[in-house]
Amino acid sequence: MGLPPYATLGQRIWYYSFRVICGLIFFFLVAPIVVVMPLSFNAQDFFTFTPEMLRLDPEGYSLKHYRDFFTNPQWQLALKNSLIIAPLATIISVSLGTLAAIGLSQSHVPFKGTIMAILISPMIVPLIISATGMFFFYAQLGNWLEGTLGLDKGFVGYVKVVLAHAVLGIPFVIITVTATLVGFDHSLTRAAANMGAGPVTTFFRVQMPLILPGVISGGLFAFITSFDEVVVVLFVGSASQKTLPWQMFIGLREQISPTILAVATILVVISIALLTTVELLRRRSERLRGLSPG
Amino acid sequence: MANTATDHAFVEFERVQKSYDGEILVVKDLNLSMPKGEFLTMLGPSGSGKTTCLMMLAGFETATHGEIKLGGKPINNIPPHKRGIGMVFQNYALFPHMTVAENLSFPLEVRKIGKSEREEKIMRALGMVQMQDFAGRRPAQLSGGQQQRIALSRALVFEPELVLMDEPLGALDKQLRETLQFEITRLAHNLGITTVYVTHDQTEALTMSDRVAVFDDGRIQQLAPPDQLYEEPENSFVAQFIGENNTLMGTVSKIAGDQCEVTLDDGEIIDAKPVNVTEVGQRTRVSIRPERVEMNKERLSPDAHTLKAEVLEFIYMGDIFRTRLRVAGNDDFVIKTRNAPDQVRLTPGTQIDIGWLPQDCRALDA
Repeated sequence: MGLPPYATLGQRIWYYSFRVICGLIFFFLVAPIVVVMPLSFNAQDFFTFTPEMLRLDPEGYSLKHYRDFFTNPQWQLALKNSLIIAPLATIISVSLGTLAAIGLSQSHVPFKGTIMAILISPMIVPLIISATGMFFFYAQLGNWLEGTLGLDKGFVGYVKVVLAHAVLGIPFVIITVTATLVGFDHSLTRAAANMGAGPVTTFFRVQMPLILPGVISGGLFAFITSFDEVVVVLFVGSASQKTLPWQMFIGLREQISPTILAVATILVVISIALLTTVELLRRRSERLRGLSPG
Repeated sequence: MANTATDHAFVEFERVQKSYDGEILVVKDLNLSMPKGEFLTMLGPSGSGKTTCLMMLAGFETATHGEIKLGGKPINNIPPHKRGIGMVFQNYALFPHMTVAENLSFPLEVRKIGKSEREEKIMRALGMVQMQDFAGRRPAQLSGGQQQRIALSRALVFEPELVLMDEPLGALDKQLRETLQFEITRLAHNLGITTVYVTHDQTEALTMSDRVAVFDDGRIQQLAPPDQLYEEPENSFVAQFIGENNTLMGTVSKIAGDQCEVTLDDGEIIDAKPVNVTEVGQRTRVSIRPERVEMNKERLSPDAHTLKAEVLEFIYMGDIFRTRLRVAGNDDFVIKTRNAPDQVRLTPGTQIDIGWLPQDCRALDA
């Protein structure tokens, strides 16, 4: 859409400056992430662009930091932990968050606003405060699990971090599922009941497929939250539960290795891949609902 | 109103009351009994309790007091999904993520019916509404009328004995509505289904039903076949609500058997049939249908009372003429005459005499 022929000088100036502003905003959002990517291919162990790199000399580039990531046992442990903790926390967040959103969408629930505010609070309360609270709470819980139930210390460590991350993920699921439930026609559940389907069948065959886009995007946010999270892990977890962000944080403090940049690049690629997949899934399910022309 | 419970009653409401807030009764003391195979319409203005009654029958609302019986058994404590009642919703309520065939298959799958039998039933149900070619489409790809046909066949596919319809034609245009009215009644009668139909459209109620229950203020005001409802309304609400109606206010001045005289507020005397009045001196609202007003004195009995009327407006409507008169101080007195070759077209300002047969003029509650 270009400028109409009758545009005044002021409109013309605004037309172009608007584009410049948009470009700047985009630049500020993306630049810090983009700059990390070429640096991760650095042949030296520095965080700076070497003269060879700037000359685009192949000698200046290398995959050694990626090699380090895939061979170093510390990084591998962190990757494994992240891949255990994030999916488990996501599953818990999605199940509980979806149920909470459905419950809160019923008209007869008392104190709806208050309950909603409490459930959303982990997203609003500063993370360091949640983390401090969780530290004391999960320390007690951990002691009880180990002492009274005699569970394995490592296992209890995972339980603590998974539960803490699930709590952080729930608000995202509640918000996205509540948003999709607004457009949900409750006469559909009545129709299903009328045709002989019990509440459980109705939920899985009618309600769930229709709110799936919200559930999926909520789940994605919950996953990313857990996958990126460093504060709560530091407080609640111990060294054997260290996740990728933990290892990166420690790495930045102790030995400034460009392996961190390689990991960052990998995480960015994974995030983009996840977002793309979810968006494709969401479009497909919207098409199935007949909301957009197939 | 014969509301006594009989042996062959299929659907029964016994002294049913419903209140949402514990104070105001939305449905007050409802008694209704329907034989199998009947097409009954609940007609009434919004807020009259008709939809609440339907929802109680479907099981989505619980009766505060009283008992609802289906096939002789109380169903108050049976959840909706175990009642086996078909229902057509106002907004169709088709599952948007399923094709037409999957929508129809849903109630059959829930009932664990085998695949081949399912397919046979689906095609038969789609055939009833001439929609076999649309089995693979999604609801969003269908027009409103087609969606309603699918909703109808989905309510019939599992062969329920009772089908409920909640203003199913409300969102459709007039022509489509008339076609579907005919289709629904034909299907209901051919299949011998008992149908409870809720509407606020009196034409729909009159043309489709075996009996109509007129609701107002949480009560059934009258329960009767359409012709009786139109010609013999039992109270002034029903007379006003069904069809066009002229009313005059007056006082009963003479009463004998099934005939009475009413002195109108401006002193004129008319003949009427006492319906809700029993003694001289009672206030009454007399009601007369526009097509039953007679302008030709020769067709009335020699001793009939007539009224002076002034023509205010003449409207040509094609098949009929609609003439607005001033009668006994009422400026909205309407008469309808057929467009016959010998029919006079009255010009405004003309003075005429009008009268009617006493049985066509009903003296109702004031």
